Amino acid sequence: MSAPLLETRQLVKRFGGLIATGEVSLSVMPGETHALIGPNGAGKTTLIAQLQGELLPSSGTIHFQGQDITALPSHLRALRGLARSFQITSVLPDFTALENVRLAVQARQGHSFRFWRQAASDRRLNDEAEQALVRCGLAGRTEALAALLSHGERRQLELAMALAMKPALLLLDEPMAGMGKQDGARMTRLLAELKSEYAMLLVEHDMEAVFSLADRLSVLVQGRLIATGTVDEIRTNPTVQSAYLGHG
Amino acid sequence: MADRASSSSTPRRDWIAIAVILVALAALPTVATALGQPFAIKVGSRLVIFAIAAVGLNIVLGFGGMVSLLHAGLFGVGGYVVGILSWHDFNGEALHLGPLVINGTGNLLISLPLAAVFGAATAAVMGVVSLRTSGAYFIMITLAFNQMLYYLGVALQKYGGEDGLQIMGDLSLAGFDPSKRLVYFYMSLTVLAVVLILTQRLVGSRFGMVLRASAQNERRVKALGIPPIRYRLAAFIISGAIAALAGGLAASGLQFISPSDMSWVRSGDLVVMCVLGGLSTVWGPVLGASVFILLELGLSSFTNAWQLPFGLIVIGMAVWLHDGLIGLARKWVRA
Repeated sequence: MSAPLLETRQLVKRFGGLIATGEVSLSVMPGETHALIGPNGAGKTTLIAQLQGELLPSSGTIHFQGQDITALPSHLRALRGLARSFQITSVLPDFTALENVRLAVQARQGHSFRFWRQAASDRRLNDEAEQALVRCGLAGRTEALAALLSHGERRQLELAMALAMKPALLLLDEPMAGMGKQDGARMTRLLAELKSEYAMLLVEHDMEAVFSLADRLSVLVQGRLIATGTVDEIRTNPTVQSAYLGHG
Repeated sequence: MADRASSSSTPRRDWIAIAVILVALAALPTVATALGQPFAIKVGSRLVIFAIAAVGLNIVLGFGGMVSLLHAGLFGVGGYVVGILSWHDFNGEALHLGPLVINGTGNLLISLPLAAVFGAATAAVMGVVSLRTSGAYFIMITLAFNQMLYYLGVALQKYGGEDGLQIMGDLSLAGFDPSKRLVYFYMSLTVLAVVLILTQRLVGSRFGMVLRASAQNERRVKALGIPPIRYRLAAFIISGAIAALAGGLAASGLQFISPSDMSWVRSGDLVVMCVLGGLSTVWGPVLGASVFILLELGLSSFTNAWQLPFGLIVIGMAVWLHDGLIGLARKWVRA
């Protein structure tokens, strides 16, 4: 078996007396789409935030591509290829869709201490940014202000920004959250396309989407990992059924 | 066309606005002389100086989203650099800066760039500390730093202390004499032009995109792999250099600099100029500075308590105008 792309060992996050993450040991293999499911308040977003570097774990380690990144600041993790899309859409509202994605391309191309040349006419930025927008179904919306995009379009924009980072691992925190049926189905199709190119850690409540996309699933309940396995294994796992799926 | 107009910024319109503003200002002395109001040139110079400082402030305020109350202090740093160098020139006494001994000078080609350098250095030191905070804390810390600079000015007994420093020596800029009203006006206008052009390029550059993005959503910028604080600090330094340059120009025109130029109220005035003019463009603060200076002049000719109607006007504009005078101009254009 090859080495995992991302691995947490005994990861713990405490907020005062509350254990948000309890000794979670999780791995994402190269090329794998790994879904993280669990009831509300299970600590899924807290876990994602620790992987991305926004939160520091109380104890335990995170390894990415074989290196310990537990204490690495979030912007350096991003440059190593960890791209996160947020549960609550997080874009740059006063920028156009193109400008949003351009910033992601710019971040990857090195420092931005360039003061004279105009970003708007920089082909090295625009070409890649446009590709990512087209890929995510926003070809006709490049010049629209992000604040004026629909909710579904903004989720697509976030994904485009993540793709423009040329990530090694996509951390997708409920990419379908708040979407209508149609938008949700479109996003699922898009993720199914991307699945062959990117490793993903996917947090999602839409079980249909999860079961169709994921290679493996991990189930988080009250901060603890109660099971990891293939779709079939998880479906038939009695612990999971009583803890989670049964109530679904 | 390869040229892209994005809806969040319309560079072409901004360049046109800058050109119109500069041409209008350049015509001011001719118009003033024709109308028999040479005093207006002096007002114009004051306007241009504050416009430079406000454009500099707006880099951090409008584009970086940081409310700094330090900029009068930085303005004063520039003024004192010019004033102190001239004092040493006039008194024929070398200036001892620790191990460094330099001669004074009245050559503005030396002292104005030095003013900018000192402003940048001061902004760098104070920015490193204050940028660790944000929001109200950032405002308070920059205010505290501003007062430190103010009292430093008061403490400079050798250079006039509280009374300020009268520049007795001759100043010159590449053979021009800045004590001549016209020379001084066009010299300041040239600096404003350069500052406007550089700043307009800056906000559309990669650097400017990061700065503006950090003001909108810091979390997102970090998640993309960019550490906002470095860019904010650089913006603060650039902004400080411009404010100090304006201060150096002010001192060389008035032949005077004093701690009262560094009071925190003056910092507030600069913020008001930016807000009045509009924070979203490079040139908005020039409009804001113009309105500010003209209102100050107009209202103070009616009453000594001119701040009272002035305050009401500012409040009215803040409440009814979105994005300052630029917003108003846009409304007119659309109507």
